[in-house]
Amino acid sequence: MKTLLRIFAVMRKEFLQLSRDRLTFGMIVGIPLIQLLMFGYAINTDVRYLSAAYVDEADTHLSRQFVSELTATQVIDLKHRAASLQELDSLMDAGQISIGIFIPEDFDRRVIGNGRQIAQLLVDGTDPIILGVAQQLTAAPVAFDNQQRTSQQNRIVVRNYYNPERRSAVNIVPGLVGVILTMTMVLFTAVAIVRERERGNLEFLINTPVKTPELMLGKIFPYIVIGLLQLVIILSLGRYFFEVPIRGDYLHILWASLLFIATNLSLGLLLSTLATTQFQAMQMTFFILLPSILLSGFMFPFDGMPPLAQAIAEVLPLTHFNRLIRGIILRGADILSMWDELIALAVFMVVALVLSIARFRKRLD
Amino acid sequence: MADIDYAIQATGLSKQFGSLVAVNNVDLNVPAGKIYGFLGPNGSGKSTTIRMLCGLLTPTSGSATVLGLDTRKEAEALKQKIGYMTQKFSLFEDLTVRENLEFVSTIYTLSGRTRKARVAELLTEFDLADRSRQYAGTLSGGQKQRLALAAATLHRPSILFLDEPTSAVDPQNRRDFWETLFELADQGATILVSTHYMDEAARCHNLAILDQGVKVADGSPRQLGKEITSQVIEVIAQDPNTARNCLSDESAITSITQLGVRLRVLMPKQQRDGVQLVQKRLGEAGIEAEVEAVFPDLEDVFVAVTELRRREDEGKQDSQGEAA
Repeated sequence: MKTLLRIFAVMRKEFLQLSRDRLTFGMIVGIPLIQLLMFGYAINTDVRYLSAAYVDEADTHLSRQFVSELTATQVIDLKHRAASLQELDSLMDAGQISIGIFIPEDFDRRVIGNGRQIAQLLVDGTDPIILGVAQQLTAAPVAFDNQQRTSQQNRIVVRNYYNPERRSAVNIVPGLVGVILTMTMVLFTAVAIVRERERGNLEFLINTPVKTPELMLGKIFPYIVIGLLQLVIILSLGRYFFEVPIRGDYLHILWASLLFIATNLSLGLLLSTLATTQFQAMQMTFFILLPSILLSGFMFPFDGMPPLAQAIAEVLPLTHFNRLIRGIILRGADILSMWDELIALAVFMVVALVLSIARFRKRLD
Repeated sequence: MADIDYAIQATGLSKQFGSLVAVNNVDLNVPAGKIYGFLGPNGSGKSTTIRMLCGLLTPTSGSATVLGLDTRKEAEALKQKIGYMTQKFSLFEDLTVRENLEFVSTIYTLSGRTRKARVAELLTEFDLADRSRQYAGTLSGGQKQRLALAAATLHRPSILFLDEPTSAVDPQNRRDFWETLFELADQGATILVSTHYMDEAARCHNLAILDQGVKVADGSPRQLGKEITSQVIEVIAQDPNTARNCLSDESAITSITQLGVRLRVLMPKQQRDGVQLVQKRLGEAGIEAEVEAVFPDLEDVFVAVTELRRREDEGKQDSQGEAA
């Protein structure tokens, strides 16, 4: 009973302080909005309209038809017709184009004589995404008559599951739930205890009968509510603005998110017991945030990473949450079918919480 | 001895921060229900000692019992029984006066009804009722201090630790504050207060003088004056500056403090005929002055005991220097 009362006291205090801290409140709503708009609109891995130029040494009916086929893919935006290969090279060097198309003089003969390369694609490979997109162009059909075209078709067919329109938002929005929660939840609690130490409140607090776990839980609870608020913001924007399909059970989303929020808050508390100033706490947050964004599978597919990076990713809570939330939202998976990810998150949470309670001393030395 | 009830007892209390010895082998016996003062300059170890007695710092060596509880092992049990007012304002500046007190009352788990009544009572008692909805951060120094004291006494602790409570407060507020302290002591509370003001130290029932972490003297203010190893001679001269210059050459004199036209001259008690010695010196230099032996006040005591220690230290360093 007394324990509950003391947890309540800390909670109420945190809520009151939070409601008066406009900057933090702005961050709670602002970060999800800005990130969603940035990742949802600006960042697009499904690249279109790359600047391109071509050299058509053949200049036949067929070669012109080939060029217009390429343009029709919308992958390239033909800006120049160059006179020679040298000119194409210099346009590429100057950074004016990222794709160059070279059609040789004997283009028609090459098309008829099956098996020979018919044209060359010069690609600015400094950006691997452009290189990947350029591959799409090689599938463009070229032939004198339609019958021959069909025979040229690929023998393996891709069937796009879950995201038939190939929209990046579908992949990014569920991933953003985890990124935003990591960013804000870890930061808020990382700063929570350090701030009180800096302001001198801690010396008063630790001289009261409040127990360490009571203090920690009282500090965590208000942020769980805030985390859920952010979840609602991200999901409703994702659902109604970016039209991301939510195929799974809302209740499963809630459970997975609750667990992940609690994990991040515990991690933040742990940082809070390690740092001595708010600035240090922020720096430490950065060390968790950066690998989380890059390695968790949010930006790059997990399977494509080297084993060492995968090993690091496995000890980041976000990696496990990304699998959970993408599974539930995009594939409509049952939360229990990914029980191993749930256990991983729970272990993170318990370890972080126990460590921070053990590390926090109700003493000044 | 046995019939005296001590609220705080410490033996050989020491605290070291790296190579710095903040508190050095301090023994304390603080009688219950009295106001006990720690007098000393900044950095003399007052705060560190108070923090050790609250159980906030672990002593490097030595031990202390507060209300019969060991500060090392039973610090948690102690929390419910002591009140602590930190040197720097440590309540929440972004909460209102009332919210701060409500928080404290809940954290000390007062029962629902008493909680409300106690907060209301304190608001009136400490003259904060019309400020109850103001943010603590916007209060004046005196108001902040009253709020901090109200919070420290909210759960009616039997011991109050006050660390330089009046450092940011004007003289009138200081007087009122001390009135409150006497009332609390009358109600049975033991109060341990640190200060660097002589007039405040003089108000304490008992006090300890701390200098560079060492307790150099303790007792009641009167007793300290009596037991001082120096005699105090007051010189009133038209030109105190020349008088001072003239006397500073005299080797028997350990210290001269100027207070307006008066000089307070300290020399060891063993020195006989101190007054005549001073008169003779001044006469030789042709300076007219009234010379009179007086009863030492606290400032004299403070100067005498700290001066004594410095000399001992210098002596030690000299001998160390020679040895090296």
